[in-house]
Amino acid sequence: MNAPLGSLDRPNSYIGRSVPRPNAKRLLAGRGRYVTDLVLPRMLHAAFLRSPYAHARIASIDTEAARAMPGVRLVATGADLAGLCTPWTGTLDHFKGMKSAPQLPLPLEEVLWSGQAVVAVVADSRAQAEDAAEAILVEFEELPPVTDIDAARTPGADRAASGIEDNLCFRTRLDTGGLDAIFAGAAHVVEEEFHFGRHTAVTLEPRAILADWDAGEGKLTVHHATQTPYQFQDLYSRHFGIAEASVRVIAPDIGGSFGMKLHVYHEDMAVIGLALMCRRPVKYVADRMESFVSDIHARDHRVRARMAVDAEGTILAMDVDDVTAIGAFSTYPRTSAVEGNQVVRLMGAPYRFRNYRAELSVVFQNKVQTSQYRAVGHPVACAVTERMVDLAAARAGLDPVAMREKNLIPDEAYPCDSPTGYKFEALSHQACLAKLKALIEYDALRAEQAALRARGIHRGIGIASFVEISNPSPAFYGIGGARISAQDGATLSITPSGEVRCLISVTEQGQGTETIIGQIVADQLGVAREKVRVVTGDTETTPHGGATWACRGAGIGGETALQAARRLRDNVLALAAAILQASPGQLDLRDGRIVDAMGGAERISLAEVARIAYFRSDTLPPDTNAQLSITHHYAPQGYPFAFTNGVQGCHVELDTDTGLVKILRHWVVEDCGRIINPLLVDEQVRGGVVQGLGAAFFEECRYDAGGQLTNGSLADYLVPMACEMPDIVVGHVETPTADTVLGAKGCGEAGTAAASAAALNAVNDAMAPLGGRIAQIPMTPARLLKSLGKI
Amino acid sequence: MSSALPVTLTVNGETLTRLVEPRETLADFLRRDLGLTGTHAGCEMGVCGACLVMLDGAPVHACLTFAVQADGAEIATVEGLTENGVLADLQHAFHQRNALQCGFCTPGMLVSAQGLLARTALPSRAEIRDALSGNYCRCTGYEAIVDAIETVARRRAAGETAAPFMEEPA
Amino acid sequence: MKARAFDYARPASVAEALTAFEQADGDASYIAGGQSLVPALALRLQAPARLVDIAHIAELRGIAVEEGWLRLGALTRHVELHDHPLVATHAPLLALAAPHVAHPAIRNRGTLGGSVALADPAAEFPAMLLAMDAEMEITGPEGSRRVPAGDFFQDLYQTALEPGELLVALHIPAAGPGHRCAFDEIARRRGDYALAGCGVMLTMPGDIVDEARIACLAVGSTPLRARAAEAALIGRRLDPDSIRKAQSALADDLDPPDDAEVPAAMRLHLARVLLGRLLGGMAEAA
Repeated sequence: MNAPLGSLDRPNSYIGRSVPRPNAKRLLAGRGRYVTDLVLPRMLHAAFLRSPYAHARIASIDTEAARAMPGVRLVATGADLAGLCTPWTGTLDHFKGMKSAPQLPLPLEEVLWSGQAVVAVVADSRAQAEDAAEAILVEFEELPPVTDIDAARTPGADRAASGIEDNLCFRTRLDTGGLDAIFAGAAHVVEEEFHFGRHTAVTLEPRAILADWDAGEGKLTVHHATQTPYQFQDLYSRHFGIAEASVRVIAPDIGGSFGMKLHVYHEDMAVIGLALMCRRPVKYVADRMESFVSDIHARDHRVRARMAVDAEGTILAMDVDDVTAIGAFSTYPRTSAVEGNQVVRLMGAPYRFRNYRAELSVVFQNKVQTSQYRAVGHPVACAVTERMVDLAAARAGLDPVAMREKNLIPDEAYPCDSPTGYKFEALSHQACLAKLKALIEYDALRAEQAALRARGIHRGIGIASFVEISNPSPAFYGIGGARISAQDGATLSITPSGEVRCLISVTEQGQGTETIIGQIVADQLGVAREKVRVVTGDTETTPHGGATWACRGAGIGGETALQAARRLRDNVLALAAAILQASPGQLDLRDGRIVDAMGGAERISLAEVARIAYFRSDTLPPDTNAQLSITHHYAPQGYPFAFTNGVQGCHVELDTDTGLVKILRHWVVEDCGRIINPLLVDEQVRGGVVQGLGAAFFEECRYDAGGQLTNGSLADYLVPMACEMPDIVVGHVETPTADTVLGAKGCGEAGTAAASAAALNAVNDAMAPLGGRIAQIPMTPARLLKSLGKI
Repeated sequence: MSSALPVTLTVNGETLTRLVEPRETLADFLRRDLGLTGTHAGCEMGVCGACLVMLDGAPVHACLTFAVQADGAEIATVEGLTENGVLADLQHAFHQRNALQCGFCTPGMLVSAQGLLARTALPSRAEIRDALSGNYCRCTGYEAIVDAIETVARRRAAGETAAPFMEEPA
Repeated sequence: MKARAFDYARPASVAEALTAFEQADGDASYIAGGQSLVPALALRLQAPARLVDIAHIAELRGIAVEEGWLRLGALTRHVELHDHPLVATHAPLLALAAPHVAHPAIRNRGTLGGSVALADPAAEFPAMLLAMDAEMEITGPEGSRRVPAGDFFQDLYQTALEPGELLVALHIPAAGPGHRCAFDEIARRRGDYALAGCGVMLTMPGDIVDEARIACLAVGSTPLRARAAEAALIGRRLDPDSIRKAQSALADDLDPPDDAEVPAAMRLHLARVLLGRLLGGMAEAA
């Protein structure tokens, strides 16, 4: 299981323990404080008139009737806001040749997708704002919508936006060389064309923002349902010309985020401008219909893949072509190209083969913007790779597990790199696979499958190995010129009563950030967990840091907390030593008491040390340096990323007459390095798996040829619900990263990364004897019945 | 044409009268007029379950009822069901099992669970999942929620009572 | 997503309700449980000037058997159809269908009358009422009348209800121990609108099917009675051959909508699969 940093028997040994989250209790009592709940004095509400067209020119806007409606305080157009906010462009310097049209809060002349906000209304109530939005008259002249990835790339094609010269946002090519010869000489070549539907995050709390401009102080306070308050502090400061120190962003309780709430949205920028114009607090909460046409979407890839295998089943090479459809511009500031980039770079990552070629095309469309959502690119790379491995195994006459045992990078082969340029420190694919095989009782399951097939019951078993990116260094965004921090900061203080306050830049969305930071601080400092108060999500109180994304909270935030706690502990012991006229090395801090390091006898309580430091510094020796508060920053310096790995298994039963799939059980064995809180890790993995299974069977933003989203409601976009989801068995292998003392890596993407791949393989396994084959997710009943030849 | 109407109803044991616009949903009334923000609005069309409250003892969507329709009704929200201890064992089990992450679905989940256990003393896991079929959770994957409800069903069947939820030590 | 403004009336009797509706010059809607109407208002797909809340009219309540008919007041909630012993005995198709209707909280508030008046072709209860030859009791300014289910559901969301008329009760010929019933539907997720659904009611005094009533949902612009499939069973044993013929006959009975997500052929296929499974199960139980 979990190798603790120290003995689990000592007092305050919290790293590695399952403890419940202290901050969950108020959520259970209905005392959460989400942005949607907040009310400020004289607060107004914003609503938007949205474009009914996927692509159109704005001929005229008539707001006269709307301005006269009851309760209306302001009606603002793109021109009104353009004077307040500088434009933004979603490109990164290290993506060579990338282009995107600049964006403003509201459009001046051209709308780029159906659902784009065009005019803003601010009124006393949301209902009044919606009433007035209905009374605005906008004359649109339709332009041809770009909605097909192939047509979009033909010479002379209509452009998705007038500010770009063609519809190719970004293209990149990876080639280790000699691929054509390898494929020509291979014993087996398998190929497939994959389709991955558009998904969206569907956080239960929609996007919400409440902006308050204090003109007297020149201060902007934004209550913002976001993962990344510092990023938005920087953006609001720079785009609205307000001093950074005068912008405060507060992220209170957040009702789910999953990457969706760290992007710049036009409405959010508009709301800042509206608050500046109104000089009153302005609140905007996207309703669910707005969420579907304005939250970022993700995935939407067509991947053509080939794999070459020798006669014994050794994988020789992979060759992929990925075309991904984004919006009519690239999302800011993280872009819409990172996902595709990660798809082509994660492809084949668990395997030994060294020959690889990939082409990525990122294509503009008149649809909602796409960008990073949980497990960015991983599910696409994993599903393609793992399905190709299964196809290759079948061709080579190998069992899927045997195929993987043969081809996975051996655990002792690390450190190594991938043909796509990733550097792996230490992964455990073989150990994870062995553990999974035992967990699922693989051989017995195969025997049962064969017996049931004879009775007309079609079950399938799918296996998928994966690699997950976590703990990103500045190599992710910083080198591309984005002001997105890869470091985190923590301020730790001993209070005058001997308790501990930890102000830290990583943020909480329910995954347990505050809990694990509290565990680490208490453990490393030597105090009871109940004595540590962790504060997150407020740029005015917590030091600047990257916050929460790309699975960095435990690995980077946790290491920050650990190093900070050790520094503070040294200060406490030095001070105690001065008080006790002892040497710091002879003392230890345990359970809130300064004790003899050797015998453990109590010398003085932490509370007494604090009392003396704060109230009786006159009794200390003259040169004593009583520093009971420290601020510490930590940034990853070793590997550019701390990769994690694991393997998933999925067991399904296919109803061959209805195309319905019952997911019987799902298993995950994953290796996120040091586990700080097993309870929380397991629940991260389970939640991630269900998001992956949702993608595999249900979730898809469906568009018609005119660029209209046809299922943009929570009744029509099918999210995974309790009845259809299985129980999920989670196991662990622990390979701590040596880059940090803590050794933790991320676990938030792991579940999502491979669940859809395992499901895809399982359904194909179930269909194999019937001649069915599918390479598209979601695997809807219609698609399955078609592949079975039933309709 | 739509002037405010007086509405008298009992919320969390307290009978009160307020003037409301007919178009105001019970969810908005609880959240905005009474400050009971534990009732959440996730979809405003009755498919996510975040706004479930007890209306005359049964779970209903507060977003699918106008406040004027609730005149004369008895409403219990997560706040009231916490104060009177009705949910204490469920809250305790959810906490221990980490059956919530962001917490936005949680009040609705608790109301659904309470509604289920009032009808079915010892539901199977499949019955628990069925009872949650209208409660969307994006974070947990549901298993921990099912576990927590199953635990409470067994405890209630065994006659165990729970200590008040908020007064326990963390 | 906030409804447009409207005014609100809460009549205490059917007569008052009719008046309240009439006073709005036709720009009114009745509301009972509101489980379908409120979302339509929130989305501003509908925006009547007045809502007439009929939920407190005692005449619209009640479940009773009278002279061989089960009378279900229009305000009967879905959960009551699920739980009530008279429904289980005399209208078993409604009881069997009830757990498939949306989710528990919707069933606590949604009413049978509301579901029937909306006439969603994918809804369970309208189709089952059609299978059971129910009659709809309607009251309006011109007086009262009873309309057979077969004449009531006219087209997509179109019923025999004239503007201002009120559905008072549903009358169902009371089924007895000789009636065998089965219901199932195929939905992507529990509680979703079905891709296809089917209810079957048979009388089989001996081996031979004496009477067969089959109705399907989500396979046309109204709930549909499968007369050709019924005919394929009547007077025959319930065996693989007759079942196959009934499945095959569904092509004449159904008129499934065609869309990119669910092609018409798929709905027909699913209805056939369902009917085959339901009849197969009934044959096994016989």
